[in-house]
Amino acid sequence: MSQKITIEPVTRVEGHGKVTIHLDDNNNVAESRLHIVEFRGFERFVQGRPYWEAPVLVQRLCGICPVSHHLAAAKAIDVLVGAGTGDGLTPTGEKMRRLMHYGQMFQSHALHFFHLVSPDLLFGIDADPAIRNVIGVALEHKDLAVQGVMMRKFGQEVIRATAGKKIHGTGAIPGGINKHLSPEDKDLFLNGPELQNIAKMLEWSQSIMEFFKNYYEKNQSFIDDFATFPSNHLSLVRKDGAMDLYHGVLRAVDSEGKKILDDVDYQDYEQYIEEEVRSWSYMKFPYLKSLGKEKGWYRVGPLARLNTCDFIPTPLAQAEYEQYKAVTHGKPNNHCLHYHYARLIELLHSAEMMEELLNDPDLMEGELVVKGEKVNKGIGLLEAPRGTLFHHYEINEDDQLTQANLIVSTTNNNEPMNQSVNYVAHSWMDGKQEITEPMMNAVEVAIRAYDPCLSCATHALGKMPLDVSLYDAEGNLLDRKVDSID
Amino acid sequence: MQILIYGYGNPGRQDDGLGIRLAERLEEWSTLKGLECVSFENNYQLNIEDAEAISNQDLVIFADASEEEIDDFCFSKVDGKGKLSFTTHAASPGYIVKLCNELFQKEPRVYLLHIKGYEWEFKEEISPRALVNLDRAIDYLKPILEDPSFALETPGQLKAC
Repeated sequence: MSQKITIEPVTRVEGHGKVTIHLDDNNNVAESRLHIVEFRGFERFVQGRPYWEAPVLVQRLCGICPVSHHLAAAKAIDVLVGAGTGDGLTPTGEKMRRLMHYGQMFQSHALHFFHLVSPDLLFGIDADPAIRNVIGVALEHKDLAVQGVMMRKFGQEVIRATAGKKIHGTGAIPGGINKHLSPEDKDLFLNGPELQNIAKMLEWSQSIMEFFKNYYEKNQSFIDDFATFPSNHLSLVRKDGAMDLYHGVLRAVDSEGKKILDDVDYQDYEQYIEEEVRSWSYMKFPYLKSLGKEKGWYRVGPLARLNTCDFIPTPLAQAEYEQYKAVTHGKPNNHCLHYHYARLIELLHSAEMMEELLNDPDLMEGELVVKGEKVNKGIGLLEAPRGTLFHHYEINEDDQLTQANLIVSTTNNNEPMNQSVNYVAHSWMDGKQEITEPMMNAVEVAIRAYDPCLSCATHALGKMPLDVSLYDAEGNLLDRKVDSID
Repeated sequence: MQILIYGYGNPGRQDDGLGIRLAERLEEWSTLKGLECVSFENNYQLNIEDAEAISNQDLVIFADASEEEIDDFCFSKVDGKGKLSFTTHAASPGYIVKLCNELFQKEPRVYLLHIKGYEWEFKEEISPRALVNLDRAIDYLKPILEDPSFALETPGQLKAC
């Protein structure tokens, strides 16, 4: 009898997702799919609202990465009000937004590595789930767990200081920012308590980099072989080819490094990127038009960004980048678990960028906002922690939003995540008579590498976070297991 | 005694913002009353850094919206001894308490206020039925904040779920 195994949702990823693995009569994997529920209703919801509300409204989308949505929307609105396409703001406006963005990147990457990934690395993906979690890390590697907490806290405090508040921040406004960095906050971040200042964040970012490289040296075959497959890669880069997580031009390379999008203006993204709808998924599948649906899909996020950029413009991260590139002899890196390696290099880069910005006098003084001539269409892109984030708005003569299109990072990674699940399903489950916990977790490890945000935007008590169902070939439910949060 | 009221949820999703609204309203009331020992916090959801935030408190009351089958609200003790399940989207109060115990060796008394909600659309407004529940929950908490040592050490005061 063929079987269908459902893992819903995937644990320790952001939000809610479901994996189905179809086995044939010989217990070989016939097909696997990652199902993600995407809330398209939001794009209809904003229609008719005044455009200046967008940077705040979009934070309703997601409690996981509201800062990324806030800034991407603000960049799109900048275009609408004639304030330029990301590089037309005042020095204060742009640098305050960058500080907010690097604070978000820093806290998100720290959270992902220390509290989602480290249990798999420290205990092994086949370890008892009762141990393989952050409580297990806290018990056996307390220093690591504390570092993760304090790094996440630092990033959150940077967001508070720049966005104004944790919920529905208002820092970024059309054409700029609404305040300077206060002297008290600057002093706190530069000279605060021992475990809460930027110097300590830099030190910890370097030490966790060493921790990972040491792990990689001892477990190279696991890291290199797990769900490795060729793909295209897409991200923003600065006009000179440097990594830039806040603004730049769109670049895509193939698995060999050949440019397939050559530093184009993202205001024209519709010329290059299209989204495919598939009947079995609520989430679309973006692809590069020039390569078509079959070959045009691409990865985004840390792995992609380190494949597309030519260099990193901060010294410590650049030194790590050079070692990282040597692993693949300068060619693009297509190893799924190298997302973690790349993410830690970005963590270090974010810490360096925050230090640089905190010492920049432009944050404390200068004009906050620029104004220009209004147009009716604006597109804002940035590199969110999980990858390239697209916000596209159009308005009418009454300043009301008439159209919105968002392509979020996780949507961009939809096909690669499916490819990874399929790869792992075949590697771990072909020919097996029994589906074990380590096999299930291997699927999740592949998805977690992308750090997907599968947010459902609400989280009220009573939701069931884990639902495992087993079906036969006719669709009859054979078994179902439900686990709930206390 | 240091007390923290921590509301969490997404106020852009109607009743999901009940916890935050409770914290906001109690903060206004607390300021008028001059209750200096009570502090307030809110966020979209609980996360790992909250383990550090609660480590310096004697008493913590988390407040969240609930889809559970309850009448209006309920109040339960959180001891960190329950089974822990974790996504970073929704770290549970029990998880935060456990993390606080393990990482910071602190054991604040922690409670969770569950407030029944009904509507979860992309709107700021809390539904009328949920507002009634919110009012009742606030009325329940006020005497506890005014005399926490008495109220919370009396088991009969807990409005069980």
